[in-house]
Amino acid sequence: MTATLDRPAPAATGGGLGNVLTDSVTLTGRSLAHWVRNPATLIASLAFNIVMVLMFAFLFGGAMAVPDGGSYREFLMPGMFAMTMIFGISMTTIAISTDVERGVTDRFRSMPMAPAAILIGRAVADMLFAVVTLVVMMLVGLAIGWRANGSVGATLGAMGLILLLRFALIWVGIFLGLVMRGQEAVAGVQTLEFPLGFLSNAFVAPSTMPGWLGAIAEWNPLSSTVTATRVLFGNPGWGGDSWVVANASLMAVVWPLVILAVFLPLAVRRYASLSD
Amino acid sequence: MGSSDLAVVAEGLRKRYGDKVALDGFDLSVPRGTVCGLLGPNGAGKTTAVRILATLQCFDGGRAEVAGYDVATEAAQVRYRIGLVGQNAAVDEVLGGHQNLVMFGKLYRLGAKAARQRADELLDRFGLAEVGGKPVKSYSGGMRRRLDLAAGMILAPSVLFLDEPTVGLDPRGRNEVWEAVRALVRQGTTVLLTTQYLDEADQLADRVSVIDTGRVIAEGTPDQLKTKTGGDRIDLAVHDREWLALAARTVEQLTGGTPELDEEDRKLSVRVANSDTSLIEVIRALDAAGVTAEDIALRRPTLDEVFLHLTGRRPVGEEAKAEKKDKGRKNGKKDAPVAESAGAQEVNA
Ligand SMILES: Nc1ncnc2c1ncn2[C@@H]1O[C@H](COP(=O)(O)OP(=O)(O)OP(=O)(O)O)[C@@H](O)[C@H]1O
Ligand SMILES: [Mg+2]
Repeated sequence: MTATLDRPAPAATGGGLGNVLTDSVTLTGRSLAHWVRNPATLIASLAFNIVMVLMFAFLFGGAMAVPDGGSYREFLMPGMFAMTMIFGISMTTIAISTDVERGVTDRFRSMPMAPAAILIGRAVADMLFAVVTLVVMMLVGLAIGWRANGSVGATLGAMGLILLLRFALIWVGIFLGLVMRGQEAVAGVQTLEFPLGFLSNAFVAPSTMPGWLGAIAEWNPLSSTVTATRVLFGNPGWGGDSWVVANASLMAVVWPLVILAVFLPLAVRRYASLSD
Repeated sequence: MGSSDLAVVAEGLRKRYGDKVALDGFDLSVPRGTVCGLLGPNGAGKTTAVRILATLQCFDGGRAEVAGYDVATEAAQVRYRIGLVGQNAAVDEVLGGHQNLVMFGKLYRLGAKAARQRADELLDRFGLAEVGGKPVKSYSGGMRRRLDLAAGMILAPSVLFLDEPTVGLDPRGRNEVWEAVRALVRQGTTVLLTTQYLDEADQLADRVSVIDTGRVIAEGTPDQLKTKTGGDRIDLAVHDREWLALAARTVEQLTGGTPELDEEDRKLSVRVANSDTSLIEVIRALDAAGVTAEDIALRRPTLDEVFLHLTGRRPVGEEAKAEKKDKGRKNGKKDAPVAESAGAQEVNA
């Protein structure tokens, strides 16, 4: 404990774009290292999604009438894909609030790093995991008889829409993570995910729901993504007369942008207010 | 003293949270290369002061300079020159110790290679080389704190802030942290350390500022403060209630202080203004008088006693919490190896 240490010289200084990039890569790397260290969390998350698929496919599948007499499993999967994006919110929230609570965020803030990287690093890591999740879900779908019947371009477009929704929801998760503390908060976010996921057209036709509930389900951003991706994958869907259903492809882009426009500034402002 | 000799300057800092005033004209100046102890009870404003100085917190009034730069207008410059070790160990629990230090090193922009090298050096230095690969959640409290310190030392900061660095540690962990801090000070790092324990300030600090309800109410070297508050105390318990009066007379003769008696618990407590009066002398004198001490210990005055003395009242705020934290920490003595301090000076008859 006696050796003297010279002050090492930092290579680059300032908060320029290059530094935001470097620091974001470092923090994304941190999350990847978490996955390697602690794969159980990821496996649990993937397993949850897979169990949901199997439950719906084998347990409830028989009882559900599929529009146009199509394949139930083809009908099911686009809803499941979008749903996993919803269930990713709590992951983001937990990661952010844990860092704030433990003081890790304060340590970052006391360092001469690019502040934006703290949020960007989180967003990139969660997007990477979203891609992994989506690919695994598609493989599970293929295994149980789901098919993407559209062109390669349409399939990629559908994947893009699903990931766009996730990207928007990441900022909801970051915002909630900065606002809420502790186990209670996490439970709160997780209970929010269920109505958001199920009060949609993922499993049940909104037209069979009571009027107002059906309207909420149709206007749920998740429903637009589900409808649009069903079209792109060439899978059967519900249809409907309302404007939001007729313009689902447009809304599948508009909704995430609206969510982003609201929650990204909120998250950034909330982050800045850590110093109030 | 010119301002260039001061590593930390705070002038009239004010901070309120809603109606709650956290800092109310807080002044501090810490000369370069020294250790300043900021001593105060729960809610006194210690953490708020440290957070402001470490550029984490906006404030409502006053000004502050750290390492020669203004914390409000030159935060980036300040951040290159400080290390912060907050109230809880701010390290990634999932990653290993080495991974943590490499990550922070990269964020300090050392570059990957230099960051790894620095991580190795620091782990070595803080006695963590062997556990560097293990996840931090498997570390003991003392190890975590040392890793936390190491992370705060990556750029060898000119000013290091330590906010209650030994809370929740056992004597061994406390000793490890104190040793690490001393090693940093030997290299010329200026340290601002907050604590609720006079003995900790005594162990580490050149000067101590006592803070209460957001302002500094006393300042001086630990010895000056102790003298101000009547020095160390000897606590003594006797087996028989009849012996108490005799013990009190004996102790009074030897130390010159008037003991406070507690008939109920057969205890007495006396200030030893001259701390050279050793425990052994007291025991011998008692022995000669035919009194058997059941339990006897030399201790620093508690923060409560310092406050009582300085302000004529007990610390405001969460007294109960402060007292609870204070338990079992009463036997620290300067220069004694801390690992043994819990029991070393207690003589059970
Ligand atoms: N974020 C906050 N919001 C509202 N009040 C706060 C906040 N942070 C601190 N306070 C209040 O400001 C006062 C000073 O708090 P501070 O944390 O600085 O005290 P402290 O001396 O560090 O106490 P402790 O020993 O408990 O850590 C306290 O009364 C506290 O309740
Ligand atoms: Mg505090």
